[in-house]
Amino acid sequence: MNFKRIWAISSKEFIQIKRDPRSLGLALVIPVFLLLIFGYGLSLDIDRVPTVIWDQDASSQLTRDFLLNFKLSKYFKIVRYTDNYRDIDNLIDRNKVLMALVVPKDFSHYLESKKTAPLQLLVDGSDSNTATIAMGYARSVVQKYNADLLTESFAEAGFRPSKTVNLRSRVWFNMGLNSRWYIVPGVISMIIMIIAALLTSICIAREWERGTMEQLISTPVKPQELIIGKFIPYFTIGFFDLSVGVFMARVLFGVPFRGSYFLLIILSALFLTGALSQGILISAGARTQLLASQLATLSTFIPTTLLSGFIYPIFNMPKFVQAVTYLIPARYYISILRGLFLKGNGIQVMWNEAVFLLLFAIIMFSLAIRKFRKKGV
Amino acid sequence: MITIKASGLTRKFGDNTAVNKLNLEIEEGEIFGLVGPDGAGKSTTMRLLTGILEPTEGEGWVYEKHIVKQAEALKENIAYMSQRFGLYEDLTVLENIRFYADVFCVPKEKRDAVIEKLLGFSGLIPFKQRLAGKLSGGMKQKLGLSCALIHTPKVLFLDEPTNGVDPVSRRDFWEILYDLLKERVTILYSTSYLDEAERCRRVGLIHKGSLLKCDTPDNIKKECSARTLEEAFIRIINDYESRSAKQ
Ligand SMILES: Nc1ncnc2c1ncn2[C@@H]1O[C@H](COP(=O)(O)OP(=O)(O)O)[C@@H](O)[C@H]1O
Ligand SMILES: [Mg+2]
Repeated sequence: MNFKRIWAISSKEFIQIKRDPRSLGLALVIPVFLLLIFGYGLSLDIDRVPTVIWDQDASSQLTRDFLLNFKLSKYFKIVRYTDNYRDIDNLIDRNKVLMALVVPKDFSHYLESKKTAPLQLLVDGSDSNTATIAMGYARSVVQKYNADLLTESFAEAGFRPSKTVNLRSRVWFNMGLNSRWYIVPGVISMIIMIIAALLTSICIAREWERGTMEQLISTPVKPQELIIGKFIPYFTIGFFDLSVGVFMARVLFGVPFRGSYFLLIILSALFLTGALSQGILISAGARTQLLASQLATLSTFIPTTLLSGFIYPIFNMPKFVQAVTYLIPARYYISILRGLFLKGNGIQVMWNEAVFLLLFAIIMFSLAIRKFRKKGV
Repeated sequence: MITIKASGLTRKFGDNTAVNKLNLEIEEGEIFGLVGPDGAGKSTTMRLLTGILEPTEGEGWVYEKHIVKQAEALKENIAYMSQRFGLYEDLTVLENIRFYADVFCVPKEKRDAVIEKLLGFSGLIPFKQRLAGKLSGGMKQKLGLSCALIHTPKVLFLDEPTNGVDPVSRRDFWEILYDLLKERVTILYSTSYLDEAERCRRVGLIHKGSLLKCDTPDNIKKECSARTLEEAFIRIINDYESRSAKQ
């Protein structure tokens, strides 16, 4: 291997990137966009569920006190009061509300006469996940109210309630259960994977397409020199994107970083090497920019978004899909990033993931060198 | 010394035989013209002999290096200018030639002097900072030749280098080639201009992948009792066509 040649290829590539607005945009602007879009737009938190209330028992103080519990809860946002079902129908259809609470006429009457009072909850089930969560919130408000009622009546009868379980949950690592904290490391990993594979596969396909590769393969340059030479600029871009990602995560989204930056750099380098090699491997089969970019996007975007635990938790997937996720490098990298950001994990708990990333990098790199042929077709 | 040798060299693309059982021997310091209509197999022959393409059958040697088994060692001694412009259009003249100097590991202390000399020959010094894509056709080809010569190759493969180039640039181009021949560089030159073929020491007429004739321009004309090379080639191709029609 000859370092002069490697450097010749790298500096040539740097110049070309500098002069090509498209590569520059893909490398430097798109990552910021993706972080903003996913960071702000993709919130998995469900709070302030838009709710409409039809209080048929409006004259009663008791009912109003009861409804106050919903009004004061941060999980609900009362957007409207109404006095008919047509309105509720309409509001749900137009996605103005997710939930309707209907208090029957004799609600307070039942309670005052120590009977069980019915309460109607209508939920838009088109998104079953959100609906379930909203119903859970409503149930807990009602249960809390019931518990208060019970304590009250015990007290009236002169008893003190005993033997109750008081669940005190404390959430570790992400105190506010802020889903952004959970998503942003995933976005960073997605950006690195896609940008790295896309840029490298395009940069080699472009040389085939423009006929410059024909000239280059007539020289004694070795495949590994060519590949490493192409790696250096995109490795730099990858680390630039990583820095932007970490910076935005910390400053813009307030995600804490509790782990070691040294580990972040080492493990990201492994992940990046694998992703860049995957790009080279793709371009070995696809010699046009269009095909290369389609293959690169397809083979990175879908696995890193759907199968890595980025958005959908892996333990929620069917068993055979779970098995597939073991082959997705982003799965390990995301788990490492989350560990570094939120938990401050050290290598002793992450070595499994680290070993996999190392394997991924080694296998992809040797495949890339093996499959990249200095031959025309 | 024989610097280029092909024996039974064959390359097929699917059912299409682009080069068919080609036998060829070219001497050191010789300029050999490869002539033939479009699609005859000139470029494919060049690509086979430069180790860029693998033959379906047959063998070849360039400067005693086997074109398949020693393809990489072979590339140290040769330079190849592809038919299509192969340099980086988004790099300047100087950046392109420096790139190829570094790829061939031309020592730094020699590099700038060699570049200066080559750009001087081809009259590109005033255009050093111009993007290669913004050069005229003739200048592009002269830049291609300069890049090809950066490592003082022993064997030069030029695939229709003066196609679409103005007459003045063509003359400059040939001046450079004559200088190279004095230094005993071997040149395989493909062209569709027959006045250029006349300047070659020997020419090979290739048609539908087969080498139909291979001799000095004068001998070919004499043998076909033709006044010009063009007349001779038309006769040879017509003979070949009528013979294959009979079979
Ligand atoms: N890469 C390729 N794939 C398929 N067919 C090819 C390829 N290159 C050349 N050919 C075919 O081989 C024949 C010879 O082509 P070529 O060597 O380019 O001829 P020339 O250079 O004399 O014009 C043509 O029929 C051409 O279509
Ligand atoms: Mg050709």
